[in-house]
Amino acid sequence: MEPIKEHHGLVYPLNRTNVDTDQIIPKQFLKRIERTGFGQFLFYHWRFDDDGNKRPDFNLNDAKYDDASILVTGENFGCGSSREHAPWSLLDYGFRIILAPSFADIFYNNSFKNGLVPIKVEEEQINKWLKEAEEGTLKLSVNLEKKAITDQDGNEFAFDLPEYHRQNLLNGWDEIALTLQLEDKISAYEKTRL
Amino acid sequence: MAKPKTIIEKVWEQKIVHEEEGKPDLVYIDLHLIHEVTSPQAFEGLRLTNRKVRRPDLTFATMDHNVPTLNRDEISDPIAKLQIDTLAKNCEEFGIELADMHHPDQGIVHVIGPQLGLTQPGKTIVCGDSHTSTHGAFGAIAFGIGTSEVEHVFATQTLWQNKPKTLNLKVEGNLGPGVTAKDLILAIIAKYGVKMGTGYIVEYTGEAIRNLSMEERMTICNMSIEAGARAGLISPDEKTIEFLRGRRHVPKGEAFDEVANEWLALATDEGATYDKTLTINAEEVEPQVTWGTNPGMGVPVSGATPTIDTAPNKEEVRLALEYMGLEENQPMTSIEIDHVFIGSCTNSRLSDLEKAAQIVAGKRVKDGVKAIVVPGSFLVKMEAEEKGIDKVFREAGFEWRDAGCSMCLGMNEDIVPSGGRCASTSNRNFEGRQGNGARTHLVSPEMAAAAAIEGKFVDVRTYQ
Repeated sequence: MEPIKEHHGLVYPLNRTNVDTDQIIPKQFLKRIERTGFGQFLFYHWRFDDDGNKRPDFNLNDAKYDDASILVTGENFGCGSSREHAPWSLLDYGFRIILAPSFADIFYNNSFKNGLVPIKVEEEQINKWLKEAEEGTLKLSVNLEKKAITDQDGNEFAFDLPEYHRQNLLNGWDEIALTLQLEDKISAYEKTRL
Repeated sequence: MAKPKTIIEKVWEQKIVHEEEGKPDLVYIDLHLIHEVTSPQAFEGLRLTNRKVRRPDLTFATMDHNVPTLNRDEISDPIAKLQIDTLAKNCEEFGIELADMHHPDQGIVHVIGPQLGLTQPGKTIVCGDSHTSTHGAFGAIAFGIGTSEVEHVFATQTLWQNKPKTLNLKVEGNLGPGVTAKDLILAIIAKYGVKMGTGYIVEYTGEAIRNLSMEERMTICNMSIEAGARAGLISPDEKTIEFLRGRRHVPKGEAFDEVANEWLALATDEGATYDKTLTINAEEVEPQVTWGTNPGMGVPVSGATPTIDTAPNKEEVRLALEYMGLEENQPMTSIEIDHVFIGSCTNSRLSDLEKAAQIVAGKRVKDGVKAIVVPGSFLVKMEAEEKGIDKVFREAGFEWRDAGCSMCLGMNEDIVPSGGRCASTSNRNFEGRQGNGARTHLVSPEMAAAAAIEGKFVDVRTYQ
């Protein structure tokens, strides 16, 4: 995993609550055995009609968001299925940061493992950013070292991240390699349980 | 005297391999179930880093999400076939026991775990599937994980996990006649919402829960994730012990009685406290039908769809009604369906099929309704056939299929067409879940069976 310390990017507003992983990446695309190439299927049935044409009424199809890398959305984002294809598709499409009032547990965990950063921000602020990004253009800077988001007027917003995940992100650590350093503890535990 | 503890705390404490200030706990995983969809990238990760599966003996594989329920030998989709073949190759390479498509142990992973006695009280159980919460019915801490965590468990047999908060979901009173475990869990989610359990492990307690059979308890725990909880469980009791006695992977003879006592001792102590407690009165629960696009959007069958103006989440309700093709304030009994699916890890066990068969016996599926029954496992299918249940369904006009996840998520050919409307015993009514543009109403097996006969929703309590 590439380390991520800060990110500056354009906001795409997805003004929906309870967005489930079936919407993020529909089931027909889960048959692939690779981790890559899922971005083209992101929000597939919201982006495309039955003939594969772009739906003009879905705002991700608006050219002004083509370079977006920060997703701002409603509460309980990523609920439902445990499919890690959801963070894979968001990353592959170009998103690095997701800002929402709350996230579903499994999605939240899965995101960190891939270097996609889910950050909880209060609903009132999310609603302001949704509106700003819908009506104009919003760029934000996210700094994981300072645990702060800065808007284009220089206003700063503090956030919290679980320290364990934050360190993994900042250092780009391979979690399995770290755990395997505790091999003696795992072996000792196994002896007691059998 | 020691401080009273919940089963959640007791099991958790037993599994801690390593604790460190500022980090989650490193917990041991006792059983890792895998299937074809969420494992290939994890195996590939092992190969790229030259790692092995640490405990193939604690790992068990089956094929369920993708498998055809008709003509099992012909997978027309080459990408699906590659995924199936990849699992077989990976299990071979890494030495993992596999119940493949033709194996008598094959079935939905959450149906076969308990059936084989792999699922046991006090175990930590994970699978790359959110409905792993099902196994909590036995007093296990069981939860769904992503593919990176699947790889982590392969390599280390552990996971870094924050000690969960505990939620007591207390069910007071008893369920009325004709009201099922499915109605109870749908009513809980309708009452407390789809993020009720986020960050928690739920323990279901109360008289109504104690009175449920093990299969009914699995239905309850299965849908914990639809309430936001990764895991939901029920303290073990004599029913748990009797269900497991004699199954293949549990100890035999006296050793079983010994382990059974240990299991019973895991039950939550009298006086233990939880981080949060919520209650529901079982007496007030009616048969449920969902009207919207998440499992919390449900009402009693005697009810109606909401009105947008009076809803707290107006835009969400508007979008859901629009997707579902329903009016505001529309009575549930006025909704006509054209598909019925009886199956899934929520409701595909023998007792589910038996109860649905009682409703359809001697009747005919309404013209224009396509109705399928997909048993949860080969064994369930075989047992049902021994009892003649397949015949009851077939004579009524249902299709009787082979085991798999099937129309719950439509990864194989079993999909509801765009605009189609399905009464389904599964667990998710998300947009497009059963097929692009398909509309799903979640119900109990009895309600689905009656809907197949009438072509619309009826109250099974008064259905003759």
